[in-house]
Amino acid sequence: MKTTMSSANDRTWRAPGRVELYSWLAVTVKIGLPIAGGLLLWHWASTFLFSSILFPTPLATLTEAVTMLRSGDILKDAGASLGRIGVGFAIGSAIGVILGLLVGYFELARLAMDPYLQFFRFIPPIAWVSPAIIWFGIGETSKVFIIVYGTVFVVALGTIAGVTSVHRDKIRAALMFGASEWQIFRIVIIPSTVHYSLTGMRLAMGIAFMTVVASEMLGADSGLGYLILSSRLWMATDRIFVGIIVLGLLGLLADRLFSLLINQLAHKYRSYT
Amino acid sequence: MHENIELPDLVVLSGVGFRHKGANQDDVVRDFSLTIRRGEFLCILGPSGCGKTTVLNLLAGFEKPTTGSITISGAPLRGPGAERGVVFQGEASLYHWLTARENVELGLRIAGESKEKRRKIAGDNLQLVGLQGQEQKYPSELSGGMKQRVNLARVLAGRAEILLMDEPFGQLDAQTRVLLQDELTQIWVKTQRTVFFVTHDIAEAVSLADRIVVMRRGPASNVKQIIDCDLPRPRNRGDPAFGHLYSLVGQSIASEVVDLRRHP
Repeated sequence: MKTTMSSANDRTWRAPGRVELYSWLAVTVKIGLPIAGGLLLWHWASTFLFSSILFPTPLATLTEAVTMLRSGDILKDAGASLGRIGVGFAIGSAIGVILGLLVGYFELARLAMDPYLQFFRFIPPIAWVSPAIIWFGIGETSKVFIIVYGTVFVVALGTIAGVTSVHRDKIRAALMFGASEWQIFRIVIIPSTVHYSLTGMRLAMGIAFMTVVASEMLGADSGLGYLILSSRLWMATDRIFVGIIVLGLLGLLADRLFSLLINQLAHKYRSYT
Repeated sequence: MHENIELPDLVVLSGVGFRHKGANQDDVVRDFSLTIRRGEFLCILGPSGCGKTTVLNLLAGFEKPTTGSITISGAPLRGPGAERGVVFQGEASLYHWLTARENVELGLRIAGESKEKRRKIAGDNLQLVGLQGQEQKYPSELSGGMKQRVNLARVLAGRAEILLMDEPFGQLDAQTRVLLQDELTQIWVKTQRTVFFVTHDIAEAVSLADRIVVMRRGPASNVKQIIDCDLPRPRNRGDPAFGHLYSLVGQSIASEVVDLRRHP
């Protein structure tokens, strides 16, 4: 109980002014040094280890990024990928949460759906690219379908873990006041699982980034995956690198944004016991 | 409070036995018989693992007796009911996403009471347990003692006639425990409930109870002895009469505590 209190306090504890200045410096050094080191290593490798045509230098990559930004190419492709991720992730999360709550809580739903859940979760989203293109063509629908598929199971399994980890006494407390099964579901189960669902969604977001690239490589006319693949035909390694780095940056940004949102909006659903 | 007054029977357990489902399970309790009188403060005391909490779960309706019967006011007990409220051991039973007040409103919310009424009753009961001003705090922001006050207020607000308390102060430090014991006594006097209080702490039992039920060690445990505890309240732990009762109860329970040297 003591540790619970102190961890709750740590979250609200703020350093006084001087320490904050110092910590800003520390953060800059902590993040800045590794990045600078990485860029130096990259530059060294592409200049002395490999041919720069096969492995562009950081500067060449940056130059190409600026060109692509001016022409709007990169924005178009990044926008296309992000749009697919956004739609697929939203639909997949919604289905995953509902599925997880039903399978986790209702015996009948578990009996009916759990075998399918256990079976399909082992089939990677990329395996569905071929049938998806046959069914939906190379348009948006096939990409979104595959991202939805990749998201659903991770979110559903996270939510199920949330339902099964609800402490017995929380359910008994509602039972002793005469709560119906539906009331327990609404008052106890759903709030208890919020944090688990969100954690599942955070994992699913990473999968959505991986999936969209794979699906764009196998059949698309836009998106970062398409950019990376089509640039290979022209040996435009600098464009490939721009695509890869933009992908990494967008993923990082999306993850940070999501965890910030969780902390701001849903932190009360998190259990410290 | 109730000395020399005949109290009517409220809960009757007769020949109750319980074993968990599954093969090779021992009886946790066997042939357990006890009468709980209306308005009394009953402490149930026994070595750990003797089935005290099992008896409480049977009374709460969370578990069903394998044999025997339990009646409340003459009617057979069927499942959990609003006239019985459980004060659980710790904070795991509180809803960490709700404030103290919202936690206390739980029973009223399930019963479908209006928002104003819920707020009023929850506020009254939080005040009764000394938590005025803490209504908006979440359980993680409260100390261990405050959390157990919320647990108690939740049951009081639900208007349960019988409070089933499962070692509610077991996880608190010694000072807070004594403080809460004194406050519980005052609340009990004020609200006139029947209390069934599980503990393994002899001093706690002697401080609180009208009667102390000593259980045998498990498995197949049942009532060993019932000791009347008619010290006037408020009770003083330094009182010689307190000490006399303490040693009486202590002797009764000592022979039930498993001695590992003799029972390896």
